Amino acid sequence: MATEAFEDIVEDFEFLDDWEDRYAHVIDLGRAMDPLEDALKVPATKVEGCASQVWLMPEIEAGTFRFRGDSDALIVRGIIAVLSALYNGVAVSDVPKIDAKAELGRLSLEEHLSAQRSNGLKAMIQRINKLAVEAA
Amino acid sequence: MYDVNKIRADFPILAREVNGQPLTYLDNGASAQKPQVVIDAVTRGYAEEYSNVHRGLHYLSNLATEKYEAVRGIVARFLNAPSEDEIVFNSGTTEGINMVAYGWAAPRMAEGDEIVLTVAEHHANIVPWHFLRERQGVRLVWVEPDADGSIPADKVLAAVTERTKLIAVTQCSNVLGSIVDVKAIKAGAGDVPVLVDGSQGAVHMPVDVADLGVDFYAITGHKLYGPSGSGAIFVKRERMDEMRPFMGGGDMIREVTRETVTYNDPPMKFEAGTPGIVQTIGLGVALEYMMGVGMENIAAHEASLAKYAAERFEGLNWLNVQGKAPGKAAIFSLTVEGGAHAHDLSTILDKKGIAIRAGHHCAQPLMDHLGVPATARASFGMYNTTEEVDRLVEGLELCHRLFG
Repeated sequence: MATEAFEDIVEDFEFLDDWEDRYAHVIDLGRAMDPLEDALKVPATKVEGCASQVWLMPEIEAGTFRFRGDSDALIVRGIIAVLSALYNGVAVSDVPKIDAKAELGRLSLEEHLSAQRSNGLKAMIQRINKLAVEAA
Repeated sequence: MYDVNKIRADFPILAREVNGQPLTYLDNGASAQKPQVVIDAVTRGYAEEYSNVHRGLHYLSNLATEKYEAVRGIVARFLNAPSEDEIVFNSGTTEGINMVAYGWAAPRMAEGDEIVLTVAEHHANIVPWHFLRERQGVRLVWVEPDADGSIPADKVLAAVTERTKLIAVTQCSNVLGSIVDVKAIKAGAGDVPVLVDGSQGAVHMPVDVADLGVDFYAITGHKLYGPSGSGAIFVKRERMDEMRPFMGGGDMIREVTRETVTYNDPPMKFEAGTPGIVQTIGLGVALEYMMGVGMENIAAHEASLAKYAAERFEGLNWLNVQGKAPGKAAIFSLTVEGGAHAHDLSTILDKKGIAIRAGHHCAQPLMDHLGVPATARASFGMYNTTEEVDRLVEGLELCHRLFG
């Protein structure tokens, strides 16, 4: 079991049969997410290796992992929203134990992500793990 | 009568599906697909005719050399170069322009000398000149496109001063599709040599370097329906005489001693090392294929596609086409209103089996000028159809529903 927030997303996706609806839902999740303030879109928060621009801002407190993120691409914003549901509220020490690719696979989305986008996803997951390790 | 279906049948990859949909390949600006004759030539080249060139005296070496050298004549015919000795083989336009930058431009440019180029150049026709700026203080003088994406010859010529040592321009913008009148530029440039990036131009229209009068004209094989890693550059005889070899190695020498080296005659003087033998042979077959269809016919077909696409795009009021120069090539850089990124469009279109390119298209100064981080580019080729334009429009409409 992943976080409750992520399990809710998985449940929502179970009702979506075709890829258009899945994408529409990812895009909606991205739209619903608060944008990162421009002042926080700096080299330190930027994740290189993504085809579009991506920023991840850690907000780790009392051993609990949390981050906010943003992208200039709407699908990627949606993926960031999914990742934040997957990771936010998890104990910092548990972050590396999460198999993000497998969890995202439950949304039948991974197969639809292009190689370039998969690379971007990999870069984001690596950054999240790095932030958690640094905070541990 | 241009039978596009007959042409499509020559390109096996066009029959495949992508993501369960028929492939709609609109990324020709990045690289074009290959006809069966080119694929066969490459296979045969390795299966039956392969050896190194210019070296051995054995049967296969002679055969490979003959096949390889014959391509020089084909390229000369394709570009209408006065002599095949003015054709230097390389791996593509990037290498061709770098060769000119190192071998011709660098030794004859001093601090404060100027190179005129347009903001619409591909990085391949920018970065080699930046090297000269960094290393020897050469000034880069930039010409901006008009609001509609046009790059008028007189605007380029207006940037020429007595310090101008070279004009380096594309014949066809890989982002905007704008066609540049390089003949008028050369005619008005006086003694200033003109280098033309023909990466896109040579794909979409007949090229006659003798008529254009330009000094350098670089082409890329993989965009000309030929193998990747093939290419050539036309270098006018006078410029060739002035040019130093860029790379040293085998094939480009006549004699090497401990103290001295003498070079082979041009063009081989500029071709160091074992070349892309089979790639070049494949390039020859690709150019013969294009000439067989007829460059005028290809240009006319693509012009009708461009016209049809422009009309269809006109009906989409949430779609912006970057660059609407009259007579532009069938290259459309698109952005949509509503916050969708080019990568968003590309991802959704990919799901529909439509291949486009999303990004800055190796033209970051132009992206800056246009004020967009990236565009989604649909670039058409000789085998594309109006039905594919319709499919693209359908895909864009889906994007608009999802992102709008």
